[in-house]
Amino acid sequence: MFKALLEYEFLQNAFLAAMITSIVGGIVGVIIVEKKLVMMTGGIAHTSYGGVGLGYLLGFEPIIGAFMFSIMAALGIGVIKNKSTGSKDIIIAMFWSLGMALGILFIGLTPGYPPMVSSYLFGNILSVTRFDLILMSILAVIILTLIFVFYQDWKAHLFDQQFTQIMRKKTNVLEYVLLILLALTVVVLIRVVGIILVIALLSVPASASSYLTGKLHLRMVYSMIFSFVFILSGLVVSYYTDISTGAVIVFAAVILYLLTWLYSRRLLYKENLKGE
Amino acid sequence: MRPLKIELNEISVNYGKIHALKNLNLTINEGDYIGIVGPNGGGKSTMMKSILGLIKPSKGKITYCGTSLKKSDIRMGYVPQISDINRMFPITVEEVVLSGRMSKEIRPFFKYSEEDKKAVEEVLDTVGLKKLKNRQINELSGGEFQKMIIARALTLKPDILLLDEPTAMVDVMSQRQIFSLIKKLSKDITIVLITHHVQMISKNVKKLIYLDRNIIAEGDPNQVYQYAYLRPVHQSIKKRVVGGAHV
Ligand SMILES: Nc1ncnc2c1ncn2[C@@H]1O[C@H](COP(=O)(O)OP(=O)(O)OP(=O)(O)O)[C@@H](O)[C@H]1O
Ligand SMILES: [Mg+2]
Repeated sequence: MFKALLEYEFLQNAFLAAMITSIVGGIVGVIIVEKKLVMMTGGIAHTSYGGVGLGYLLGFEPIIGAFMFSIMAALGIGVIKNKSTGSKDIIIAMFWSLGMALGILFIGLTPGYPPMVSSYLFGNILSVTRFDLILMSILAVIILTLIFVFYQDWKAHLFDQQFTQIMRKKTNVLEYVLLILLALTVVVLIRVVGIILVIALLSVPASASSYLTGKLHLRMVYSMIFSFVFILSGLVVSYYTDISTGAVIVFAAVILYLLTWLYSRRLLYKENLKGE
Repeated sequence: MRPLKIELNEISVNYGKIHALKNLNLTINEGDYIGIVGPNGGGKSTMMKSILGLIKPSKGKITYCGTSLKKSDIRMGYVPQISDINRMFPITVEEVVLSGRMSKEIRPFFKYSEEDKKAVEEVLDTVGLKKLKNRQINELSGGEFQKMIIARALTLKPDILLLDEPTAMVDVMSQRQIFSLIKKLSKDITIVLITHHVQMISKNVKKLIYLDRNIIAEGDPNQVYQYAYLRPVHQSIKKRVVGGAHV
């Protein structure tokens, strides 16, 4: 496979995609887990399927459609949540199912053979194109810049939003920027893990790393490493078999999650013994 | 002390069909030390959040030294009910307290200065947490956590300190410590304190308020305490039934 990596462009693309995805997913995942935005992210991801469908129907890049729809979903959910007293879960569920329904509708209306949507739903790292890669890199740069330049503000905002509001910071701005970050992250991840499995890659590495360290930035680092290992294992398995990358990644992730959980239990157990 | 006057004028707050506060009037002046008591769900936290601008009242107006919150430069320190905060968040004591020195603007590449760190050190000393500066917050006891949150509120040099049940999850010794700390602070800062530990504060506060959707009793701590808690139970029930609205 190493020789192939040097030879084939699609493998190089896949490798670069794995790197970008794990950096972005690892860092944003920690934010999502700490701020309890897992379902919100799931909602945004699934809504983007409408955009994929629209892309096929009107003949433009489906990933651009996903980009538009996920931004709209993020802002839409944010605005409605702030304006109404309705439950957040229900608003998310509406977007989630409406997006999927639109996607199915648009794809049904697309003339000719039904397009291969499964790579968008379940991810296929081996089909990442140069165009995908360029888009992913641009988004990754935007996401990482926003996070690092305003790191202290994010930290305070994630820990206690009420307090940042009392300090008269523009918490609304932070909140909407955060939602847009989620939308961009979803777009970066879709080609690799697929719409349905996005939240797995965003939540599992981050929660697993929370068992290992109590420092925010270290959590981000661990979570990046975990993500990279998962995606790479997905890449290898997909290369030799026909199994979709997303599925392999999720299996690897869940296994590692259990292992870190057991490891942290063992540490606790040892400490208890010492205490006695 | 800087001049301070916060006026709540006919404030009502509804959550859907629930009326948490109804036509509430209250004035807070500089130097006040007000205790607020009342039943669970009586609207105490709601009132405090309205003052802080976290909740918009559905009716009525709150003025701060005669103007709106936005235009005034009042600094308010807030110690929220402990259940409102994520105690497992990966952050150290020092970092939490430092956030009280955060700038109002969202600034790129913001870093806390040495001066900020010194100020934090001082405040941590005041609340007795100097040794725990570098601890992760998930390793703190309930009492230590509360003192940290009080420290965070103090670092912004507030004109008024609003505390929502700062002794809720705290053992009796730490309760005493926290209340005596607040008493000491009350010499320099205006204080509004919500608590269920009425006996422990009734000697300290200058004014006690019994709140149940509206101010039921207000004034001298002893009298309010007697009125709200010591009158025979049947009498208090009768009063509510006969009066319909609260007195
Ligand atoms: N975010 C919310 N959404 C809906 N209802 C709420 C919300 N916050 C408070 N309430 C309701 O408003 C009423 C007043 O609540 P509040 O928290 O102000 O009471 P409290 O006096 O602080 O009670 P406690 O002593 O239990 O802290 C309660 O009936 C509560 O159920
Ligand atoms: Mg309360």
